[in-house]
Amino acid sequence: MKPFTYSRANEERAAVKEIAASKGAKFIAGGTNLLDLMKMNVMQPAHLVDITHLGMKAIEENQAGGLRLGALVTNADTAYHPLVEQRYPLLSHAILAGASAQLRNKATDGGNLLQRTRCDYFYDTQTACNKREPGTGCSAIKGYNRNLAILGTSEYCIATYPSDMAVALAALEAKVNVTGPDGDRVIPMGDFHRLPGDTPHIDTNLQENELITSIDLPAKGFADHYAYVKVRDRASYAFALVSVAAGLELDGDTIKEARVALGGVAQKPWRLPEAEAMLQGQQASKENFGKVAAAYLQGAKGYGDNDFKIELAKRAIVRALLLATEMEGKS
Amino acid sequence: MKDKLEKEKEAAQPRALPPKQTVTLTINGTERQLELEPWVSLLDMLREQLHLTGTKVGCNHGQCGACTILLDGKRINSCLTLAVMHDGAEITTIEGLAKDGELHPVQQGFIVHDAFQCGYCTPGQICSVVGLVSEGKARTLDDIRDLMSGNICRCGAYNNIVKVVQEELERSKAQ
Repeated sequence: MKPFTYSRANEERAAVKEIAASKGAKFIAGGTNLLDLMKMNVMQPAHLVDITHLGMKAIEENQAGGLRLGALVTNADTAYHPLVEQRYPLLSHAILAGASAQLRNKATDGGNLLQRTRCDYFYDTQTACNKREPGTGCSAIKGYNRNLAILGTSEYCIATYPSDMAVALAALEAKVNVTGPDGDRVIPMGDFHRLPGDTPHIDTNLQENELITSIDLPAKGFADHYAYVKVRDRASYAFALVSVAAGLELDGDTIKEARVALGGVAQKPWRLPEAEAMLQGQQASKENFGKVAAAYLQGAKGYGDNDFKIELAKRAIVRALLLATEMEGKS
Repeated sequence: MKDKLEKEKEAAQPRALPPKQTVTLTINGTERQLELEPWVSLLDMLREQLHLTGTKVGCNHGQCGACTILLDGKRINSCLTLAVMHDGAEITTIEGLAKDGELHPVQQGFIVHDAFQCGYCTPGQICSVVGLVSEGKARTLDDIRDLMSGNICRCGAYNNIVKVVQEELERSKAQ
């Protein structure tokens, strides 16, 4: 790890001011991803601003009748919070499908949104990687790409964003509250992460020097009909090959509203509201779910090792929606 | 090309060393004050400054769990956190589990159930079991396996480790 300086912020505005004033500075909270990347010299901040003393550790009701998750609440405390378990079980399940108990005890909700890709070439500083070092090329496109993206890729990058939590947040239409030098703003989950295009080194639409303060969950939690299906190479503690967060609102067999978000397939949680709308007023059936799955994967592109993900993602969508439908009376 | 060379040159420049910071922690019940560089992990602090070498370095990337300790009662990977961020924290390592010369029941359980071979992952496994039990979330065998998945044992003592966890969960329920 490269030497760096460290300071502890005691107030939000001061933290933002400090990071703006110091070149190459980064915020640190849980540190479970950032410190790993610093050990590998993938990231080399010259200064760290410790934000763990800023508060932002509460889970409370918000004005929209939903919940506000403080940015510094740990993933474990979020997943096991009684209100989250009861009203947003999809989020609980998604969080618990990710990482290990030790990591979830340290990793924060804000930091989870800023996790960087697990592409092997991004981690290996001996190889070319446009995300790590813009302009050097992408080693993954013609390399080993089994766990990489099939949707929203570009000729510059095929990395995936590895979070499970964010897949559920996308399906729930959560909103990310941030503060920065120009004041506060709200970023809908759908706009938070960005596709690589020709600037794959920029993962999110969070601007430089902006700080995530909380995440708002809307009132609707799909607690009666939901499923988080994660397909991976081992039963626990592995990143998703494909994951699906599904939520349904049913009237008998008829779908009133459907939400589907995919993980492990793109640099952002993949959601297609127009395909979800295909289910509105339709029967909850395998056949109808299959049509939605086909729509989600339209235009998907494999790069050799990851071709299998296209069919796998379709099947995982159908399975998640069937599981969500069949929950009646079970919860 | 020139750009890249210059960048590499810049990256190769040694950075000036920042001053050490004072950190006060309670480790296994004893308050310790240390002067640390900001990049020292909790793991390196324990092993290299305090010579508490029971906590092991495995992967050093949060993947194996050999460095698991209890921070304010919760299990974490000590390799993935900075010591300077934990001023005032309470830390329990494998050295702090036994009380008055008596092994912690989980330590005793590892002996009774033969839950290790080489023993390298064992301190982390034991701290992880203690954390798991106090979390109170494991109900089924699958839960135990899932909630212990952050601790790798390359000797493959998993079945016996699971037995220790089951026994400890029963014991804690009875209390």
